[in-house]
Amino acid sequence: MSKIFRHIGNYLIMMFRVINKPNKWIVFKKQLILELEKVGLNSIGIVFIISFFVGGVVSIQTAYNLESPLLPMYIIGLASRDSLILEFSPTMISLILAGKVGSSIASELGTMRVTEQIDALEIMGVNSASFLILPKLIACILFFPILVIMSMSIGMIGAWIGGLSADISTSEFLYGLKYEFNPFYITYALIKTIFFAFVISSVSAYFGYNTKGGAINVGKASTKAVVVSSIIILILNYILTDLLLS
Amino acid sequence: MIEIRKINKSFNENHILKDVTFTFEKSKTNLIIGESGSGKTTLLKILIGLYKHDSGSVLFNQQKVNLMSKKQKRHLRQDIGMLFQGGALYDYMSVEENIMFPLTMFTNKSKKEKLNRVNFCLERVNLSNKNNLMPSELSGGMIKRVAIARAISMGPKYLLCDEPNSGLDPKTAILIDDLIKEITLEYNITTVVNTHDMNSVMQIGDNIAFINKGEIWWKGNNEELIISKNKELNNFVFASKLFKRLKQ
Repeated sequence: MSKIFRHIGNYLIMMFRVINKPNKWIVFKKQLILELEKVGLNSIGIVFIISFFVGGVVSIQTAYNLESPLLPMYIIGLASRDSLILEFSPTMISLILAGKVGSSIASELGTMRVTEQIDALEIMGVNSASFLILPKLIACILFFPILVIMSMSIGMIGAWIGGLSADISTSEFLYGLKYEFNPFYITYALIKTIFFAFVISSVSAYFGYNTKGGAINVGKASTKAVVVSSIIILILNYILTDLLLS
Repeated sequence: MIEIRKINKSFNENHILKDVTFTFEKSKTNLIIGESGSGKTTLLKILIGLYKHDSGSVLFNQQKVNLMSKKQKRHLRQDIGMLFQGGALYDYMSVEENIMFPLTMFTNKSKKEKLNRVNFCLERVNLSNKNNLMPSELSGGMIKRVAIARAISMGPKYLLCDEPNSGLDPKTAILIDDLIKEITLEYNITTVVNTHDMNSVMQIGDNIAFINKGEIWWKGNNEELIISKNKELNNFVFASKLFKRLKQ
């Protein structure tokens, strides 16, 4: 238990150093663009592929389970829409990003720590925590909502194609997509995503930044980053859902 | 000049440094030598502020570091050039960007001025026209030289080197030693080298501190070292058969 409190304390100390005015805005801007490319643009492919196929599977499975003649066919579109917007895109994509982006952040910072690159920054008088972590944090907070919106859109295309293969007509599927649509669902998904983006970037950065030792410990830090971020995302998902939807 | 007075440092129960007092002189290559685990890296990390010492004081140019304001400490850090054991080059930056980095962070020089300084530093370490190479494309010796170029890019008053020759062949090691010595004299700086390479000790040891079990056991220069009767020092320096025969 004391270990958890020590981690929380160290995490907060690190975050106080991270949220600081950058030494040079021009350097910060350059770092931010680099991070947007690394954490954002490079994740588009995996988000597209996963969202498309999961969307398709959701639609086919819903159709398979609702074969009653009493149920209208448009319900397939409605169910796919709600499961994609409310849960799959914000939460499952965030868990996937915790694996992809989180492990990359932790291993990058961990390697920088064990090869003394972070020490080199500190000796120069650069606030290494802010210099290295703040651009990652902002890039994740800015880009993850975009990825989630993309995931929702691609997921729905996948669901439509899946629906076609389960004999759901395009008009029925589109009717279901639009039926009693509550725009707050999107807001809810984006709020969750922003929280998850903060958790993924900061928790992964914490484990990477505080790596000690060599290559084995970089691997351990990366694994811990993914596991802890995923657990926090799941707990936070429950709390935010309870707060925003109940 | 850097002075350390009665420095003590412990990690949990291990007393790593015990009342260490020494003066690192200006325009000289000051060497900290000792076996692995003797406390030399800890001492170097205390000098650069990566570790806090438990007691004692560190003085840069007769100013106590622990009495300095944050601003003074920030300025002091910009006066220190550091050469790490593995070079510690930023692997996502090219050679040019690595050397330019401190200039971009702490000066308001124009791009052209910064580039001129980078080219000057690269020329100084005999790596002209290697600007666009990435650290992964450099040999061990080149990495060390780029790291030296980065360390001197801001025109430091103090140059601290942690085992600059580790992992290098003897010829390249001598080149690095000579470069450190030349830079020390050329820019009139205080250089501190942490090493257990005996070639370095003989080549550039102007002012040497021998650390054993966390204490300074011997002080002197490379010529005094050869004739020293200190048993512990002789066991360390003349450990190899070749050096033993040379000593005899």
